[in-house]
Amino acid sequence: METIIVLILIPLVIALALLFIRHDAARRPVVFIGAIATAALSVVLAVQQGIWSDAAANMLWSGETESAEITGYAMMGIEAALAIVIFVLGIKYKKALACILVAVQCPILIWFELFGGGHEIEVKNNICIDQFSLIMVLIIGVIGTLICVYAVAYMKDFQHHHEGQPDRRWWFFFLLFLFLSAMFGIVLSNNLIYMYFFWEITTLCSFFLIGYTKTDEAVRNSFRALIMNLLGGLAFVLAIVLIGKSYGTLEIDQLIQIGVTSKSAGQPDLIINSVVMLLCFAGITKAAQMPFNSWLLGAMVAPTPTSALLHSSTMVKAGVFLIVKMSPLLGVQGILSIGEPGFMVMMVGGITFLLASFSAVTQSNAKRVLAYSTIANLGLIVACAGIGTPEGVWAAIMLIIFHAVTKSLLFLSVGTAEHNIGSRDIEDMDGLFGRLPRLAVFMIIGIAGMFLAPFGMLISKWAALQSFVDAGGIWVVLMIVFGSAVTLFYWGKWLGKLTAIVAARKNIQDKVHGEEWFVLAGHIVLVILISLSFPLFSGNVIVPFIKNFFTGVSEESILALSGDNMIIMVVLVCVILVLPLLFYGRTRKRIVPLYMGGANEGDNLTFLGAMEKDVPVSLRNWYMEGVFGEKLMNRIGLISTCIIFAISFSFVANLAYQVYRYVQEGGVFS
Amino acid sequence: MTVSLYAVIGLAAYLIAGPFVGGWFAGVDRRITARMQGRFGPPILQPFYDVRKLIEKEPVTVNGGQDFYVMCFLIFIIITGGLFFFGQNLLLVIFTLTTANLFLVIGAYSSNSPYSQIGAERELLQMMAYEPMVLLTAVGLYMTTGSFNISDIMLGGALAGGAIPLKYLIGIFAGYLFILTIKFRKSPFDLSLSHHAHQELVKGVTTEFSGRTLALIEIAHWYENVFLLGFIFLFFQNGTWYMALVGVVVALACYFLEIFIDNAFARMKWQFTLKASWLVTITFGAANLILLYYFKGLM
Repeated sequence: METIIVLILIPLVIALALLFIRHDAARRPVVFIGAIATAALSVVLAVQQGIWSDAAANMLWSGETESAEITGYAMMGIEAALAIVIFVLGIKYKKALACILVAVQCPILIWFELFGGGHEIEVKNNICIDQFSLIMVLIIGVIGTLICVYAVAYMKDFQHHHEGQPDRRWWFFFLLFLFLSAMFGIVLSNNLIYMYFFWEITTLCSFFLIGYTKTDEAVRNSFRALIMNLLGGLAFVLAIVLIGKSYGTLEIDQLIQIGVTSKSAGQPDLIINSVVMLLCFAGITKAAQMPFNSWLLGAMVAPTPTSALLHSSTMVKAGVFLIVKMSPLLGVQGILSIGEPGFMVMMVGGITFLLASFSAVTQSNAKRVLAYSTIANLGLIVACAGIGTPEGVWAAIMLIIFHAVTKSLLFLSVGTAEHNIGSRDIEDMDGLFGRLPRLAVFMIIGIAGMFLAPFGMLISKWAALQSFVDAGGIWVVLMIVFGSAVTLFYWGKWLGKLTAIVAARKNIQDKVHGEEWFVLAGHIVLVILISLSFPLFSGNVIVPFIKNFFTGVSEESILALSGDNMIIMVVLVCVILVLPLLFYGRTRKRIVPLYMGGANEGDNLTFLGAMEKDVPVSLRNWYMEGVFGEKLMNRIGLISTCIIFAISFSFVANLAYQVYRYVQEGGVFS
Repeated sequence: MTVSLYAVIGLAAYLIAGPFVGGWFAGVDRRITARMQGRFGPPILQPFYDVRKLIEKEPVTVNGGQDFYVMCFLIFIIITGGLFFFGQNLLLVIFTLTTANLFLVIGAYSSNSPYSQIGAERELLQMMAYEPMVLLTAVGLYMTTGSFNISDIMLGGALAGGAIPLKYLIGIFAGYLFILTIKFRKSPFDLSLSHHAHQELVKGVTTEFSGRTLALIEIAHWYENVFLLGFIFLFFQNGTWYMALVGVVVALACYFLEIFIDNAFARMKWQFTLKASWLVTITFGAANLILLYYFKGLM
């Protein structure tokens, strides 16, 4: 219990300390110490709670009543203060929608807690620890802090590149550590009010992080992110009020228990269904699913560590975390499930996976490719949770783990490349192999990890495909097969650019900071370690979790991949790691010039063109704007997901009417 | 892992006989093609003579990296086919095949030569075009037989009630046949690498490969073609010896059909390749699955 509180408090204390440290030299050790302490503590917590055994299965903790009451009031006070901050900023930057949203949701919650009976609801367990939340703690604690360490070096360069602008790095690092603290809060909360509190903090942190540079674009994009996430926050508040008012509970485990009981009795509870739908809607906004994907793309204006953090270990992962938590109450039964929360979640996830993958083909900005790939992968996770089967949850958790490590690696690699070659465009990464060979190898491992057998993401995709086939999600099966074919295309052409050996490139590798190498190498170790050890991890952590999560499921119905197949994958990883070490670049053959229509000038960089002139060779990749146009895909995504929301929430509206009549006739709400 | 005798025999036969069968097919292909074009054609064993000649050439390369990728291409193609004939998971086979093909693409990209880069991009396009249909083929076989394991599919599933999977998968079979044209590098979809000199951009994806390296690519293709025909074979299995025979005969007939298509068409543009294969995937493959799902209640 103490460890949990310390785990949430340490990043918070570090964050507050960083607020007052304005010197780079002094900030460095504080960040390092904070990062090491946070990472170490998250590992300690995981070990202490027995992540590797059945012991961690769904432990719930209650705090003392008095301290819980004080905490409750403190949270409410902070929420009100933050709401006022947003309101003022909204007025300052003339963003009416932000003001309206915050002016609606904050009063609702305060009314509910003080006058609406929320205060009287007795919460038995404020904290929930199971293997899934411990996995999340490890992801946040390890990947998140690695990104903080990286940021020290990166922000030095960043400040250097933006000379003349005020040094607001104290604010940046404050936000980073606050973010980690809030994320720990989200994944460990069982009390919905607590979770909502931390949820809103992450929304605000990302708002300030995106707007960090204060350029017009940054301000615009930060407000877009804020508004979309506040919309999710509003849904969250409504869910809290609905469950609190109708069932007199605010605990997630209670919510799931009530839902599962009524579901297994064959009578889906409409109120629970709408609560789940609202919570999943909140998760969908946070996980940047269509039609809310634009905020995550807009977040690209922020310094790269922000993107790495938002995409890998925090923010969007909070969204999918909540949806996966709800998965026992999701699920579909054939075509008749329209209007059920599972249908909404599954379809939105599937559509997002397909269309975001299409959009990624047309992007040449490396960060945008990564962003679309994040959105697509989150779509797959959301869809897996939506299908609501043990197999689907297994795939979803695997995807969360692999994606966090790999995506963080890729973002940080692109950040380093950008600072050293002066561009984040994939076209400018021509011959990166010659200029920054080690970084190029890191990126290649990251990209291969994202889509190629035998690495992690592909294993999860395989499991996802099989779980959709098993559960009858035939439409999502179709989205996955097309989406993953396109995934292959856009990663493949990037990989090609990286591996191209271009003549006469100067090696500039020694300009990269030591911290950056350390963090990148750390990621590589993690990627390889996870790819090699995932069968153990699956058997000892994820399977026990799912056995508790879905009571009474057998091991066979959890694992889409048999043990044999997992071992084959691990063996293939070994093969693919050993081959280049043994054979790459060892040739005793005579090196000859390239073929360029018979007119290579001999340096492989120019050829003799018409009019006897030397023409430099310029090779460009293929973007297929006409087929996979980004705008078109976003429009299709907007329309199709809105239709699904409309169908789903019209059921909620219908339900609201029924509840209203129920109250009229003297129901439970007295 | 329970290893059946059939699986071991299958694996050994593939590893040893695979390239000879594949090479022989290539020879027959050239002979039939020549006859269709009114020529006499080379000896059946010509592909083997070609490879021997390639191996004897002076070893040259454009950089130190690309040979490695080609070696990986061959190794992974052999692993893919090996997993297939060893009776392993069909999805695993498909994903490993993707990795294998990607090594060829990367090898071509790594030379940084204009012609081979165009070939590499087109190869990626082709992969994007056929991949959905290949995955749907696996899904279809799973829906009818209840397993992704090839050793189980060979027995014909309990769900199919002793019937061959083709009975429920006619659309998927047609779709697979369509994308097989791409996989066999036949016109009209031989965008990245063609057997016909008159419609090729230098030598497509293999422009910068020569000598022994090119020989390895040839051998890899022989290996690959054999197990691509293995997919066709799977559609006809219900565990009886005579359906196994039928499977072999139909696979050979399909190979002949692909040769015929190759000679009847000129190369199409990439837009047509992508759109046509996806359209076929949806109208034949996806429609087949959806019908199967909603009307047969097989799942």
